[in-house]
Order: sequence, then C-alpha cells, then structure tokens
Amino acid sequence: MTTTLQSPKARRPDEDALIERFGSSRKSRFARHLALCLIGLFMMYPLLWLVSSSVKPNGLIFSDLSLWPAEWSPQNYADGWTALEYDFGVYFSNSIVIVVLSIVGNLFSCSLAAYGFARLNFTGRKLFFALMLGTMMLPGHVLLIPQYILFAKLGWLNTYYPLLVPNFLATNAFYIFLMVQFMRQLPQELDDAARIDGCGPFRTFWSIILPLCRPAFATTAIFTFISVWNEFFGPLLYLTDPELYTVPLALRQFVDSEGQSQWGQMFAMSVLSLAPIIGFFIAGQKYLVKGIATTGLK
Amino acid sequence: MSTETAVMPEADVPPAPGDGRPSAGRLRGRRARKDRAGYLFLLPWFIGMLFTVVPFFASLYLAFTDYNLLNSPKWIGFENFTAMFRDPVLLKSLQVTFVYTFVSVPLSLAAALGVAMILNKGIRALPVYRAVFYLPSLLGASVAVVLLWRYVFGLDGIVNAFLGWFGVPAIAWTSDPDYALTTLIILHIWTFGSPMVIFLAGLRQIPVMYYEAAAVDGASKWRRFRSITLPLLSPIIFFNLIQSLIASFQTFTQGFVMNDGGGGPANSTLFYNLYLYQQGFNQFNMGYASAMAWTLLVIIAAFTALTFFSAKYWVNYDN
Repeated sequence: MTTTLQSPKARRPDEDALIERFGSSRKSRFARHLALCLIGLFMMYPLLWLVSSSVKPNGLIFSDLSLWPAEWSPQNYADGWTALEYDFGVYFSNSIVIVVLSIVGNLFSCSLAAYGFARLNFTGRKLFFALMLGTMMLPGHVLLIPQYILFAKLGWLNTYYPLLVPNFLATNAFYIFLMVQFMRQLPQELDDAARIDGCGPFRTFWSIILPLCRPAFATTAIFTFISVWNEFFGPLLYLTDPELYTVPLALRQFVDSEGQSQWGQMFAMSVLSLAPIIGFFIAGQKYLVKGIATTGLK
Repeated sequence: MSTETAVMPEADVPPAPGDGRPSAGRLRGRRARKDRAGYLFLLPWFIGMLFTVVPFFASLYLAFTDYNLLNSPKWIGFENFTAMFRDPVLLKSLQVTFVYTFVSVPLSLAAALGVAMILNKGIRALPVYRAVFYLPSLLGASVAVVLLWRYVFGLDGIVNAFLGWFGVPAIAWTSDPDYALTTLIILHIWTFGSPMVIFLAGLRQIPVMYYEAAAVDGASKWRRFRSITLPLLSPIIFFNLIQSLIASFQTFTQGFVMNDGGGGPANSTLFYNLYLYQQGFNQFNMGYASAMAWTLLVIIAAFTALTFFSAKYWVNYDN
C-alpha cells in the first residue's frame, strides 16, 4: 500500500513553480500563501513564545506576552543548568549515550534482518516477514509487564540495558521495513554479478548492498535519534536513580519539585532539549520526508 | 563478518559428467546453505522475537492471575476482566481515550489533507512550508512541548490572552474538567504534519491531466475533489487512518506530563494506558494491568479489523 508512493512520475519542484506561475490567478496564489502563512504562524507561535520566554526574567513571562523580550536575561540558562540535583551536563550526556548506542544497535541489527528478508531466499521467509509486520502493529503495553519482570529478574532495573539491548535485537520492525523497502529497489543483477564473482551472501551484503543503502541508514539514524531523544516512558519505567536520568525525565522534575516560579529556567532547559531535534530535522529533512513517505513512519 | 561458509558455493562439488542439471542431493545442499545464510542474517531478529513472543503469551497468562510482583501469580480466571467492568475509573479512562481518539484523529487527518491539497496546487517555497508544518509532529510527544502546553493554556497564558482580544473571558483550560482534554486534542491536531507529508506524497502521484480533463468537462472543484482526489487517495487515507488510530489509542506521555502522572481534574485526562501504568507500577496490580493491556489489544484489533472491512466500500485499489 505504500510502494505506490515511490513512482518516478512525481512532480518536481521546478514544475511546481511553473504551475504556480501560469496555472492560477494572482489572487488565488496570494490567498493560498496568506492561508499557509497564517496556519504556519499559529503553529510556530508556541515554540517562538517558548524561546522568547526562556530569555525573559521570570516576572515578565506571563505579564509581557510579546515575542520580543523587553528585557534580556541569559541567566535562566545558567541557573536552569544547575537547578536540579545533578547539572544538565549529566542528563545530556546520559541521553547522548543512549541515543548513540541505540542508533548503532538499530543500524546493525535491522540492516542484517532487512537484507535477509529483502535479498535472500530461505525456508519460512514469508511467514517470518508476516510475523515481523505483525509486531509493527502490536501495542507495546501488551508486552510491558512481562518484559519489566524479565528485566527485573535479570537485574537490569536502574541500568540502560532495558533501553538498549532490544535495539541490538532488531525489535524495531519499522526500521527493518524501511530498509527492506529500500533494498528491494536495488537491481537483483548486483547480487547475481557478485555471486558469479565468488561473493557469498555476507560479502555481498557488506561490500555491495550496505554501501548502496546509505540513504535508508540515514533515515533510520535520524528517526532513531528523534524517537529515542524524546522517549519518556522507557526511562520513566526503568530508571529511578536521578544520576541516570535522561533529559526528558530531568525536565519533568521542574514541575515535580513545584518550583512554581522557576518557569524561565524550565523553558530555558526545554529549549536546549528541543534544539538537537530541530537541528537534526534541518540537517536531515530530505531523509525524513522520504522516510515517512515510503513507510508512513512517524 | 564470517564469509567462509558462503564463499564459492559450488566449488567443492564437481559437476557429474554428462549431466548438466544438478542432482537432488546437491539441490538440497544448496537449499540448506541458503537457509543457513538467511537464518544467520535473521539471528538478532530471532532473539529479539523471543523478547516479543514470550512476553506476549506471558502477559496473556498474567491477565488471568492475581500478581503483585512479590508473591507468585495466583490463577483467578476471569476475575480481572469482570472487575474491569465494575471499575468506574477504568470506564472513565476508556471514555477519555475514545473521545480523544475519535475527535482528534479525524480532525488532524482533515487538517493534514487540507493543507496537503493547498501545498499540492504548485506553490513556491514548498519545502519551507512543508518543514514548518512537519516540525511540530516531531516535537509533539516530547516532555518539553507538553510542559510548554501547560503554560500556553495556563490561566494567564497566550491562548487566553489571544481569546481576550475577542472578549472571551479567561478559561481555566488545564484545571477545568470540561477543557483539560481539549488542550491535548489541540496538541494532537498540532502534529498533523506527519500524515500531511504522506498525503502530499500521494497527491503528487495523481496525474495532473485527470484534473485538466475534468475541468474541460466542466466538473466543479468539489466534484473534482469527490471523483478524482478522494478515490485515488483512498489507499493513503486508509493507511493514515489505521496508523493514527493505533497510535492514538496508546497515548501516554501527554496525559502523564500534563498532570504530573495523575489523571487531571476529575480524571478528565486519564488515558487508558496511563491508568494501566498506575495499576501496574504504582499499585503493582500486575495481573489487572495485564488484563487491561489485553483488553486494549482486542479493542485496537477490533477497530483495525473494522477499518479493514470497511475498506472494500471506500478504498480504491484499481490503479
């Protein structure tokens, strides 16, 4: 149902400009841009307000609602950084460790599985593939309690293992699916030629297919980054020692501790927590858009 | 990475003289080698499936037990399920989740389709607009944005300030049970960007000449939308609908962060999965929580199946 999205007939941006130029009246063009700008402004406003509030002194955040701060104070960033039990350097490095290892794990395990599904023929392949697609639809909470018990019995509570090990075991079917879709587009002649030259499946995978799959890997890496960076439930469940907290868990402490008046610090740290996502988004937009267009991934 | 098992697969068995076709034994050997390679590649996935399949059945078993993590599970038959029917908080959480899903999913998909259609008209700066609309969907589930939402909808937040221009008196969005869920529905609609990108990719596949032909025949705008866009886009609408439904039934973070892990005023933002978490990990009713998880699985499966069955009446797979 999703492969239909990849036909080469898609319109190119320069065609868009042509259609806009000659295909519609100036008035309707203006109306469209106006509508889009208004919607965009409404959607961006909360984020802009967040950034502006993060540099306002506390007393002004709710009394002066304008986006341009009347008074600048970078103090929120300095104070917020050290406001909690550990300073945010600890939380950021925890998050970075988890994110980087998750990306490595997903790339490693999902590319292996995807190559198996997309390019090899073996007994039970169709059945396993269907099973894999089935797990994509499975609500995570069904597995939650036994997994928690299992991790508890393994002594993994309050460690990063429950958050990391599943990523090394290709449990994220979305990324397998994404890579399978990508690998299927590569011509079969590549594998045939490699085999004739004496390559076995591992050599073919490593030297022929992997280098060609870089765009799919980029998409997987960016999606993994965003979802793991944002992840709240897993860390909430498995991490109880504040020294191990990730950035989202730490942020929540701003309201837990009911430091009701420290909005500015909370907003400042919120901005810092969102900045990497926005950065990755800008850098990797091409891969993200392609990725969700081919798999429907969120 | 080991290659010795697979390199030069034919070299060890010389071909039988006068017989171009491989013997049955050799075929079987090649088959086994192929199987072995396939299974080796899938090895991490197989182990990972153990982490899925075993808990899947274990939670089904636990659903029929009384289990608090300290004592061993005690079989109690259907008691957890009958208790669920008598649990007013559970029924409330179900109601919250249903209202949230059936209001926010159609609205966000409609917004996604509407904006995608404007963007598809051929517009300059398309990548800029697309980025602006898509970005919120990456942030919507983050703690920072849900925290931000609390203050955007705060008593003296920007939403009330905006409404104040039109003379609307301040609304206690987050503490009034009538409005608390609305803020989260708005948050959901705010993230319409990811279905929008999928719609846009689909719309760009519809050949422009269909619209040109319809325009020549004098079809109105609405008529073109009804008879060209909707049918040709229906597989993608279907796909987005299933995805959004499944995700929306499982909402957790938004409710949890909005009200510090509680259910909000009069439990008005107590999502089903949030209540499940409270039962399982605050009160350690692991059996009850498992029964809840399986009930949600059945509900999601039922709605997915319903959507699939309805597909033959409105989804067009002709092209």
